[in-house]
Amino acid sequence: MKQELKSTKFGKYGGQFVPEVLMPALEELTEQYEKYKDDPVFNKELEHYLRDFAGRPSPLYHAKRLSREYGIKIYLKREDLVHGGAHKLNNTLGQALLTRYMGKKRIIAETGAGQHGTACAMAGAAFGIKTEIYMGAKDTVRQRMNVYRMELMGAKVIPVKSGSQTLKDAINEAMRAWVSSVETTHYMIGSVVGPHPYPVMVRDFQSVIGKEVREQIMEKEGIFPDSIVACTGGGSNAMGIFYPFIEDDVDLFAVEAGGSGMKVTDKEALHSATLCAGEEGVLHGMHTKVLQNKYGQILESSSIAAGLDYAGVGPELAYLADIGRIKPRNSMDSEALGAFHDLCRFEGIIPALESSHALAYVKKAAATGELGDVVVINISGRGDKDLETVLGMGK
Amino acid sequence: MKIADKFNDLKKKKEGALIAYICAGDPTPEATKEYVTALVRGGVDVIELGLPFSDPVADGPTIQAGIERALNGGMTPDIYFKTVGSLRLHIPLVVMTYYNLIFKRGLEKFVKDCVASGISGIIVPDLPVEEVGELAGFCNQYDIDLIFLVAPTTTESRMKRILAEGRGFIYLVARLGVTGARSDIANSTRELIKRVKTTTPKAVGFGISNGRQAAEIIGAGADGVIVGSAFVDIIAGGKDAAGKLEALARELKEGVRDARG
Ligand SMILES: Cc1ncc(COP(=O)(O)O)c(C=O)c1O
Repeated sequence: MKQELKSTKFGKYGGQFVPEVLMPALEELTEQYEKYKDDPVFNKELEHYLRDFAGRPSPLYHAKRLSREYGIKIYLKREDLVHGGAHKLNNTLGQALLTRYMGKKRIIAETGAGQHGTACAMAGAAFGIKTEIYMGAKDTVRQRMNVYRMELMGAKVIPVKSGSQTLKDAINEAMRAWVSSVETTHYMIGSVVGPHPYPVMVRDFQSVIGKEVREQIMEKEGIFPDSIVACTGGGSNAMGIFYPFIEDDVDLFAVEAGGSGMKVTDKEALHSATLCAGEEGVLHGMHTKVLQNKYGQILESSSIAAGLDYAGVGPELAYLADIGRIKPRNSMDSEALGAFHDLCRFEGIIPALESSHALAYVKKAAATGELGDVVVINISGRGDKDLETVLGMGK
Repeated sequence: MKIADKFNDLKKKKEGALIAYICAGDPTPEATKEYVTALVRGGVDVIELGLPFSDPVADGPTIQAGIERALNGGMTPDIYFKTVGSLRLHIPLVVMTYYNLIFKRGLEKFVKDCVASGISGIIVPDLPVEEVGELAGFCNQYDIDLIFLVAPTTTESRMKRILAEGRGFIYLVARLGVTGARSDIANSTRELIKRVKTTTPKAVGFGISNGRQAAEIIGAGADGVIVGSAFVDIIAGGKDAAGKLEALARELKEGVRDARG
């Protein structure tokens, strides 16, 4: 089930659907990544940054009070404690280091809520590489504080005014900007999406999460968990924690954003549950599942969690869902909000609204027995960024 | 009409080809018929008619705006084929669209719909030669030209593969970047024209907006020029668009007519 770098596909999914101008850059990136991914010097340097800059390993915490409340033994993988407050930095440190090894002088990236953009800005500053972030104009307003954070760390934030002015348009614009500067610039994608080799590379950089869990859970339980639950937008925190367990007897649940309901119109979806309700298509360089209308026009997605609000999903997740290795599920806005408050009150941890979707699913499913007796939930980020949203929703 | 026949005719007359892009349905399906007719009157040799997609990554701001107007105006693939079918042109028309719309319709159905509505060629800017197998198969089966792009960054090994697969004409991307009108002709364009060694006609696009530039491109050895954003700009302006489209087409055609050495 493990995928070799040589193939650009996961079953029928994946591939490289990009303008010809970018193909040589993808070939170069594939070659360079292959060259360095097992290189001891590269990995030693990356380990150093992950430990001393990002603060890894992140703890695996037995949440006793929440366990009692939900009726299942719960461990939380604390990616919320990683520098910057989310798992995103695992990927950007890896890609920034690769950028340096490739001799490229500039990083561009897209961001939705600003979490990946912030992680790029951090890595860019730490490595002294010029960083420019494309962000939907609507998101720059909704996420003002993250714009300011990025700017404080020296990144330039470019508001994108085309289309729906959100994440998918920011990706379009970052790809366009890459087309014009491909010889000197690395495009740092923020999830396991986009053309090959991004889905493989980002998964590998995020796999540090699952590798740590393997050791930590053996230490604490002496046995693997029955299930692992992660929220899924593009799918990087999910693939990161799933992948090291892919050949083990552990059930893997990818929880998507059910938004305000599993409905679609001709132009928009009230949710972002691509694995649950999407259809095969091609978007942002990959063949995957997408939210689209009957003609193939991409729908605007929706979620209370900006980081899950995306009409596509990583191609490897689409593949793993088709073959039944992962189980796609979803939680609605209101359910995520409820679980958000639970974790705050029972454990003194304020989770990201994204991660709250994973919690909410455990709350729903614990009683059915589907999750077994011991579950690991990936708390992909902390919720400080979401306080305004939560305040706006009441309780 | 076959694209090859058109280029052969022009070659005999020692003329360069003018290929005009506009987006179907910008701002309405009816307007498209009027605009295509105006372009033909202005002397355009091939019409490249965009089928609008919600996420056009290869297009710059001008054409993105045209695509948005078209989608807001209600353009769909069904209406597109109906509109094209009713045009009855005596010059080749090629469809330019993104892969997802083709994929969703079904590759074979899309190609058959093209043939039925009189379309001579297909351009898919986000479908590199690596991924083209199945669509190329149907294009061969139904005898329609699948047109490929090459860029200044295209390596020699890729160039060979693309030139072997390319039908109709080879679309040379004049410079790094997305579509959009610019004022000068880059050296990289001249180099690229020299690098593309093939008997298939070569047409250069991205950034051409006036007759002088068009003449220069033909002078540098291309068989045709592709002009898009400059026409779409006129449509965006709205007022007397048909007249202005015809006038710009005439200027560009004059530029390419006498430029062949
Ligand atoms: C905290 C957090 N969790 C999850 C996600 C979703 O991304 P992915 O599915 O790639 O992990 C994001 C994206 O911004 C995020 O900020």
